[in-house]
Amino acid sequence: MLYRALSGDFPRSVVLSVVLLAILVGLAFAPFLFPGTRSLETAARICIFIALVASYDLMLGYGGIVSFAHTVFFGIGAYGVALATANLGRGFDALLIGSLTGAVVAAVLALLVALFSLRVRAIFFAMITLAVASAVAVLVSQLSSITGGEDGLNLLIPRELTPAVKFAEERFLGVRLNGKLLNYYLVFFGSLALFLVLLRVVNSPFGRVLQAIRENDFRAEAIGYRVVIYRTVATCIAAVVASLAGSLFAIWLRYVGPDTTLSLEIMIDILLMVVIGGMGTMYGAVIGATLFVIAQNYLQNLMGAASEMTAAVPLLPHLLNPDRWLLWLGVLFVLSVYFFPTGVVGRLRGRA
Amino acid sequence: METTATTTTTTAALETSDLTVRFGGHVAVNRVSCRFTPGEVTAIVGPNGAGKTTYFNLISGQIAASEGTVHLDGADITRMPVAERTRLGIGRAFQLTNLFPNLSVLENVRLVIQARRHRGFSLLSIADRQVALIEEAHEVLGAVKLEDQAAQKVTELSHGDQRKLEVALLMALDPRVYMFDEPTAGMSVDEAPVLLDLIAGLKADTGRTILLVEHKMDVIRSLADRIVVLHNGKLAADGAPDEVIASDVVQEAYLGRSAVDA
Ligand SMILES: Nc1ncnc2c1ncn2[C@@H]1O[C@H](COP(=O)(O)OP(=O)(O)OP(=O)(O)O)[C@@H](O)[C@H]1O
Ligand SMILES: [Mg+2]
Repeated sequence: MLYRALSGDFPRSVVLSVVLLAILVGLAFAPFLFPGTRSLETAARICIFIALVASYDLMLGYGGIVSFAHTVFFGIGAYGVALATANLGRGFDALLIGSLTGAVVAAVLALLVALFSLRVRAIFFAMITLAVASAVAVLVSQLSSITGGEDGLNLLIPRELTPAVKFAEERFLGVRLNGKLLNYYLVFFGSLALFLVLLRVVNSPFGRVLQAIRENDFRAEAIGYRVVIYRTVATCIAAVVASLAGSLFAIWLRYVGPDTTLSLEIMIDILLMVVIGGMGTMYGAVIGATLFVIAQNYLQNLMGAASEMTAAVPLLPHLLNPDRWLLWLGVLFVLSVYFFPTGVVGRLRGRA
Repeated sequence: METTATTTTTTAALETSDLTVRFGGHVAVNRVSCRFTPGEVTAIVGPNGAGKTTYFNLISGQIAASEGTVHLDGADITRMPVAERTRLGIGRAFQLTNLFPNLSVLENVRLVIQARRHRGFSLLSIADRQVALIEEAHEVLGAVKLEDQAAQKVTELSHGDQRKLEVALLMALDPRVYMFDEPTAGMSVDEAPVLLDLIAGLKADTGRTILLVEHKMDVIRSLADRIVVLHNGKLAADGAPDEVIASDVVQEAYLGRSAVDA
């Protein structure tokens, strides 16, 4: 049962198992364990980024494919549901149709980009994806009548997914049983399902071929695998998962805009999360996304507190000024790459 | 069933006609026409830089021919991608060890068997559960005496064991045309026989066409039914081992060097 769910890919390290279990429990019971809007926002973001980063790792860590267009697929899913609800009304059917349409569009775009460029060279693919990413960003801001431009779009989602609907009058363990809670569990289980599917894919015969291609594409071809086709399929699967994660994100935020899905900043965040967690292991996505999103959301607070505590000491309060949080994030990143060159998971599994 | 090298009725499994490749001005393989029949071991010899590996690259598709053709069972495969030639039955072991370095020895072999059985597009099954493939991989490892190293990473293997694995990948592919490019190069005297016995075993199994690039004369004498000599990219001699070895061209062009080698 557990073997099938994890596709036989166990964490293989006690510390890693404990950390992963803690994250799973933390996210599964986040509304009860960490009450408050802000922490729920953080938890939902972690869930979605786990799926998004895992899908990116399928390409980068397993297939050795460098892409800068992952946010485009993320955005397609998000705009997909936004446009569907704008045109079809605030029903679950609109969410479903929007998500599925987004996924199909993402797959087709990924197919085109891959077929166009993967047969040439890896660096060419990376450049094409960069071009596609900027083209889409420009397109979205230009077509403001459809996409809302820089302002983005607000989503009308079913009331059952908003705080307006209460399923019970009294609180359960101090938590309001309202639509927001339901929405969180949609995000949680949706992301979990996407993650488990990816975990299965990387441990399938197909996933093994991707690893072989990453290791030695020349020999992979020589033993009979059409490398271009495998890379293309991996790109399409990653695009579909990213798109579905984008749909979940838009439904959760009830908003989609260039800043939440398409920006280069998010692309860089994804890259950092993959590297911190560890490339070529799905569990790396879990660790990377969790650490990064928490740092992103709470580093500023932490530094504010630290700055006050060290007020008496010269220089330190300046260094710890909350405005410098980005600097410290950078320092953390450099340190983590220096000490865990194979990512946190690589280190914990003892292959560093 | 025995097939003799001189049977005229059998069709060539593999045939190259005027096969040529130029690198800039340098003609590395120059109008080489040759037929290789099933059941026959052909040793391909020649000095360093003669074009032996390049000739293999043209046959298995890693390099595109400038002129000439390659036919497999009468079908023109000159422009076919590498992976498709492999699927049609052309198998290759490389002179420079060419493995999946960070995967286990077992996984290297398992991947080949998975390719041969066309299982690569199975997306939602668990690879570790495909017991039949794994068992077959263990059998191949047993044949090259690498069973004990099955769980090791390729990078942890000695040079000799990497050479064995290189050959194991070709064995696992079970092709119709086997191309060995100096399989025992750099192996110690006590390691090499495992591979040579394997090649001898293949010979007993009719229907396989075997091409063997080899420098060591004793190996050639014991295994080859025929010798093809390449020199400066050209076909310099082709015939039964005794005749070819005795011929002037070989004495001059090749054996002067290999006498030291062997
Ligand atoms: N891709 C290439 N580009 C340019 N020149 C090449 C290329 N491949 C081979 N050559 C040249 O072609 C000639 C034949 O090389 P090849 O490797 O086929 O020789 P070989 O007979 O296998 O020699 P060895 O016994 O050393 O393995 C050499 O001069 C080599 O430098
Ligand atoms: Mg050579």
